[in-house]
Amino acid sequence: MLAFVLVLMLLGNINYNLSLGYVLTFLLTMMAVMSMLHAFRNLAHLEIRAGRAEPVFCGETAQFMLHFNNPSNLPRYQICMAQTSKSFWNNSNTPIQFNAPAHQDSEIAFPLPATRRGWLQTGRLTLYTEFPLGLFYAWSYLQFDMRCLVYPKPMSDASLPVGESPDGAGKRSITGDEDFSGLRQYIAGDALPRIDWKAYARERGLQVKQFATPVGDELWLDYSDTPDRTEEDKLARMARWILDAEIQGLRYGLRLPNGELPSNSGIAHREECLRRIALFNLPTTTFPAGDGFVKDNP
Amino acid sequence: MSKHLIYGLLLSIMMVIAPHADHLPVWVSTLCVGLLAWRGYLAYSDNPLPTRWFLTLVTLAGVAGITISFRTMFGREVGVTLLILLASLKLMELHKPRDAMVLIYLSCFIIITNFFYSQSIPTALYLLATLMVIVTTWVHLQAQNLELKPRLRIATVLLLQAIPLMLILFVLFPRVQGPLWGLPQDAYSSSGLDEKMSPGSLSRLSLSEEVAFRVSYGDKVPLRSQMYWRGPVLWEFDGRTWTPGNLLSRDTPVFSKLGQPIEYTVTLEPHNKNWLFALDVPEKLSEPSLITYDFRILHREPVRARLRYSARSSLAFRANVQEADRQLKRALQIPKLFNPLSRKLAAKWRAESTDSAAVVRTALAYFNREKFVYTLEPPLLGTNGIDDFMFTTRQGFCEHYASAFVFMMRAAGIPARVVTGYLGGEFNEIGNYHIVRQSDAHAWAEVWLEGQGWVRIDPTGSIAPDRVERGLSAALPDNAALPFMARNPPQWLRNLRLNWDTLNNQWNQWVLGYDNELQFAFLTRMGMESVTWQKIALNMMAGIALVIALFALFMLRHLLKHRPDRVQAAWLKICQKIGRAGLPRAIHEGAQDYASRIAAARPELADDLSYLASRYITLRYGKTNDKQALREFLQRSASFKA
Repeated sequence: MLAFVLVLMLLGNINYNLSLGYVLTFLLTMMAVMSMLHAFRNLAHLEIRAGRAEPVFCGETAQFMLHFNNPSNLPRYQICMAQTSKSFWNNSNTPIQFNAPAHQDSEIAFPLPATRRGWLQTGRLTLYTEFPLGLFYAWSYLQFDMRCLVYPKPMSDASLPVGESPDGAGKRSITGDEDFSGLRQYIAGDALPRIDWKAYARERGLQVKQFATPVGDELWLDYSDTPDRTEEDKLARMARWILDAEIQGLRYGLRLPNGELPSNSGIAHREECLRRIALFNLPTTTFPAGDGFVKDNP
Repeated sequence: MSKHLIYGLLLSIMMVIAPHADHLPVWVSTLCVGLLAWRGYLAYSDNPLPTRWFLTLVTLAGVAGITISFRTMFGREVGVTLLILLASLKLMELHKPRDAMVLIYLSCFIIITNFFYSQSIPTALYLLATLMVIVTTWVHLQAQNLELKPRLRIATVLLLQAIPLMLILFVLFPRVQGPLWGLPQDAYSSSGLDEKMSPGSLSRLSLSEEVAFRVSYGDKVPLRSQMYWRGPVLWEFDGRTWTPGNLLSRDTPVFSKLGQPIEYTVTLEPHNKNWLFALDVPEKLSEPSLITYDFRILHREPVRARLRYSARSSLAFRANVQEADRQLKRALQIPKLFNPLSRKLAAKWRAESTDSAAVVRTALAYFNREKFVYTLEPPLLGTNGIDDFMFTTRQGFCEHYASAFVFMMRAAGIPARVVTGYLGGEFNEIGNYHIVRQSDAHAWAEVWLEGQGWVRIDPTGSIAPDRVERGLSAALPDNAALPFMARNPPQWLRNLRLNWDTLNNQWNQWVLGYDNELQFAFLTRMGMESVTWQKIALNMMAGIALVIALFALFMLRHLLKHRPDRVQAAWLKICQKIGRAGLPRAIHEGAQDYASRIAAARPELADDLSYLASRYITLRYGKTNDKQALREFLQRSASFKA
């Protein structure tokens, strides 16, 4: 479009013999040409490191952290980053935009919606800029082995199973829905009906009603105990169980068709349980079970 | 779109259309100002933009209005007006970044249209500032959250980098001689001498300070009273207005020179007329042209661009001693029914004189003796204009005197004609040339005398000799309504004006007048042999590439400067020294391992090396930035001997 305008200007200059018109046309042309170098320089010499990505539940947005170090005196403006699309000319992925100030290390979160449990990968990212005039597109591909664990989305309401301790110490119903015992802070994945909306209305923040459950010694969360039909529903229910069991301070173990995790409690245990169900029954070629290392799959 | 971006766009559009204000129809200017103000208010108050159908309505009304005002849909003026109106309307439908981009391009384009009207230095500077605003806004469009200062900085850098590249292109871009398509008639305005002369036409012109042309003389500068620049020659008189009548004739001009010729160069401002100006009478002209039977010089087409030509004239001459009878007859025509008193006086002069020359002398003496006044504001004349002037009002400007004089001569039976042109000029001692302004416009007479041909008689000289010898301001009383600068301004002001004119002259010659002819001449002078287009284009590409490469080198120097890690370099040097002593480091060997291996083989190096290796590891891989440790390490590694 600019080229068209410039040619039009040039024709006008020749026709009307406008010396200053030539000056203006040449100035604009050369500014456009120089903007190419500026666009290139805007990306050049940036140091990029991949950071971590906290696990998320399916349906949430994963945040991949990237560190952009700009060691030069030159502030970089208007850098865009998006997943590389199949067509070079038509990048339909919505980019994020940021600046990288001079002599600074900026931490940039690249958001990606988590739609399936398992490992979420960014794939190849395109880093590009059209600064300063939007006439030239300077780009570079970023290929990092960045992945984010996506837990199954917990079922909104599912009561804990009647557990049976492996040592046979007793069967107890711990449906845990009956006796209200208090409130605690909301954490992601809590069922909406359990939120104390009245407290919220009183501006005490999001609180979740807790129900007393008779304290059992051990609770087994067994894949085969889930009443659901599909694998995903079963895992969703188990995710809910894990969260609830941890909240209620139970000692719980996980039993999946491909192995079990001895009972324990605590955040680390909860994470490990969630991780097991997140990666349950996924193709091992891409995701070796258990160890959590991803092989590059060219 | 952010408010500030909209303000930037508003400012850009405002700046590009502001210089158009004085030649746009008033209603268009008013509409544009209204639209801009409204847009500014909408942005300020966060109100929604007007609906599409409303804008369509205004646009249609505007286009219709322009068509009615100009009575046409075509032509340059109409195009410019439409462009301005559409740019103002486009501001009202800024929805997407693309709309803003269109506005940026439009404003760049409107800048060019300003050059139709003026290409002076102030215009150039003003529009450079405007370009700066546009580019800053352009950057803003790309980076909407960027502050003003970095935007301005990047725009300035772009502009400054583009300037040297632009100069290369300007000098070397192959120039095509326009026009490419037919120019509309309204392409040029005309000012200056007209083909007709009636009372008041020259006195009106003498209020104008505009430059008609500039002259630089060769080694000889003629006297001021000899600087008669010939313009249209007027033959026919209807009692009030003089016209040239028959413009072309088969009769040829013949003259014999009586003195040394003088050489000079004229830079003529475009006046949209065919004639060129030369001192009476020209022998040679560098510009292809035609010299008519009455010594006018005609160019093959109207002078629409500044024209530079050199000429040679001889100031003492005899012209058309053998004039054709039909021309002499034409030079005697006067309206028979008017001005009886003047005709009676002329007949009386004729009867009292022995020959034509005596009649001329009598007439000049009459103008000198009677109480004639030289003034810019003469009273109005009636039906018998010459009679009124000769006997009643007796106040007039040069056109009155020339007209009355020629009338009297013709009435006395002497062939005579009116010549209009310029007389004198202001000497610019700074640029060493003469400036001839519109205010130097003049009219004089020529009579044909037996044996002498056409002889110049300037009746104004009999009434106001100062006009001929010293210029207009000297001839008029102090309270005359002359422009301030045409009178006697203080010396410093005069100098300032002459400096300014010199600068303008250079600008005109070298910047505005740079065409393919000048380009070839310039390049030949710069040492390019046998200038061809291909050669120029090649040089241009090479020049541009070179300068861009230099810029790239400068801009990306951080990339190229591969700063070697001094710590690593020192360590590698140590390894090299030991390697030369016969114990090279294996490629997979770390500093620690290598140091212990060498320590085993050469115990005398152990102390030194273990220190150096551990320092190397902490300096290179540790997080410390200990300047002191670094210096020690570098010193010890330099003095290390294997």
